[in-house]
Amino acid sequence: MLNDKFKLNKKLFTEDVEKAPTRAGFGTGLLALGEMNPNVVALSADLTESTQVHLFAEKFPERFFQAGIGEQNMAAIAAGLAVTGKVAFISSYATFSPGKNWETLRTTAVYNEANVKIAGHHSGIMTGPDGATHQATEDIAITRCWPIIQIYVPCDSIEAKKATIASADISTPVYLRYTRDKTPIITTEETPFEVGKMQDFWVSKNPQATIFATGYMLYYALVAAKELEEEGFEVLVVNAATIKPLDEEGIMRFTGHTGAVVTVEDHQVAGGLGSAIAEFLAKTNPLPMEFVGLQDTFAESGSPTELLKKYNMDVPAIKKAVKKVIKRKEH
Amino acid sequence: MIAELYEDKLKDLQQKAEEARELLMKTLLEAGSGHSAGPLDMADIFTAFYFHILNHDPKNPDWEDRDRLVLSNGHICPIRYVSMAQAGYFPIEELKTLRKLNSRLQGHPHRTALPGLETTSGPLGEGVSQAIGIALAANLDKKKYYTYVVTGDGELNEGNIWEAVMFAGKNKMNNLIMIIDRNNIQIDGFTENVMPLEPLKEKFEAFNWHVFEADAHNIKQFVDVVNEAHAVYEKPTVIIAHSIAGKGVEFMEKDFHWHGKAPNKEEEKEALHELRTLGGKIRSEHQ
Repeated sequence: MLNDKFKLNKKLFTEDVEKAPTRAGFGTGLLALGEMNPNVVALSADLTESTQVHLFAEKFPERFFQAGIGEQNMAAIAAGLAVTGKVAFISSYATFSPGKNWETLRTTAVYNEANVKIAGHHSGIMTGPDGATHQATEDIAITRCWPIIQIYVPCDSIEAKKATIASADISTPVYLRYTRDKTPIITTEETPFEVGKMQDFWVSKNPQATIFATGYMLYYALVAAKELEEEGFEVLVVNAATIKPLDEEGIMRFTGHTGAVVTVEDHQVAGGLGSAIAEFLAKTNPLPMEFVGLQDTFAESGSPTELLKKYNMDVPAIKKAVKKVIKRKEH
Repeated sequence: MIAELYEDKLKDLQQKAEEARELLMKTLLEAGSGHSAGPLDMADIFTAFYFHILNHDPKNPDWEDRDRLVLSNGHICPIRYVSMAQAGYFPIEELKTLRKLNSRLQGHPHRTALPGLETTSGPLGEGVSQAIGIALAANLDKKKYYTYVVTGDGELNEGNIWEAVMFAGKNKMNNLIMIIDRNNIQIDGFTENVMPLEPLKEKFEAFNWHVFEADAHNIKQFVDVVNEAHAVYEKPTVIIAHSIAGKGVEFMEKDFHWHGKAPNKEEEKEALHELRTLGGKIRSEHQ
């Protein structure tokens, strides 16, 4: 059942659950930061409205910089602003930033410990009909390997706003990952958000496996948990909204009594959330694990629902992975 | 406003530049590897910056009103380190630690390692953008300092440079001054053989920049040009500083005429190797 202490959306499992894209939470979060802190600046690479920076740009035109279609330039300008006392948010599709400008960010923002926040949009196959060129499915892998960086992947629009605002609490780089399509609202304004803390949104008496999910995929993990319960399988579902720093204490606490793990993410299974948890468990408490995500392939054009089904990342796929990992535990 | 450069001060600067070259040679030999041609040919300009042009305070490197000197082609950092040591940012003795374990003098400059560095650089093409960010912050903060950025010429092959040049032209950034070390060489040969840059002046003009040309080894002329650049209000400024690679080291200058006609392929390769290894005394960076 849903964990009461997190005050989650009561309509979560109903037909008329509200939906909004996580990028909308970024836009309103950035606007709120602009009002709170005069040193917050924003840059866009010709995707201002699509990445929801227009809200900030319209309110604070003197603090908004249009870089044109040049993601490297945008990244390094942000680094220059940041070393001169600004909190610089750069925004584009994640395949281009931190994709195309990866080394520029590595040198000028991350290694340089500059106060640059990288907002990567259109992540995952949820990007849909644009096709694999625009579906960022490696962005966690290519940022997670950087020292210093923190990585937040909010599960819904409300959490996205909180994560965006929280990113300005530290003076070092943060990678923020957002999605394009509308996804169900899981949390409420009252749900606590704390960087680096995993949260057990779904609990049960005798859980046989722990599902760690990140981003909007948390919704499908929760639906899977509910259906599994009806079929007699008890699980925990954990919201992994911070990929780095990894909540090692949380992982130990949430897996100690279940003994089996399924990770769920809209990302390549190589290098993402699953890899991060596997790396940690391998050295502390090796457990049977299953990984739901893109299995070493690029996806294609299609509706998000069609893509999740074809690439085995939908609710039936998650349930199958849970049953499999429980079976593996028995051997 | 840059102070008047009187004859006795000019002589003093020329003397400082000579000392810088001597320190550079010692530093590079002690390090045993690194780049030599660029640092040597920028010795006069860095001396002019640290001892005459920049409004700065070595004892207070984070002073918020200081002029910013951004080094885009980070591999020529030995000359920056030498000038900084001469100016009193850190002891001359510390130059011996260049490229060694636990040193603040990283092989390519790292901002957080050494006070007085404005950026982290080395991977080419990123400095003009970073300088733009610093200059934009100056505008937001209503600060009057100038942001100078030194780049190589081979570095202009990088697309990021032209993204930045477009941006600065569009935004009429008159508090930004770019200096190109036009020494005509890059790793694989002459710039005009590897990837032609000419007509360079016209390229920048087409991007709405004001262009000056200067002799990189004439301190008086360079200071005058920077003064003129300050008077350009409607555009960003670039100074194409024509330099002689390896300037000040006899065999380098004497044997190779980098501004003259290109030698044949084999001679070009050999000459560049000689230049980069200080005549076989150090290991070339990209060997």
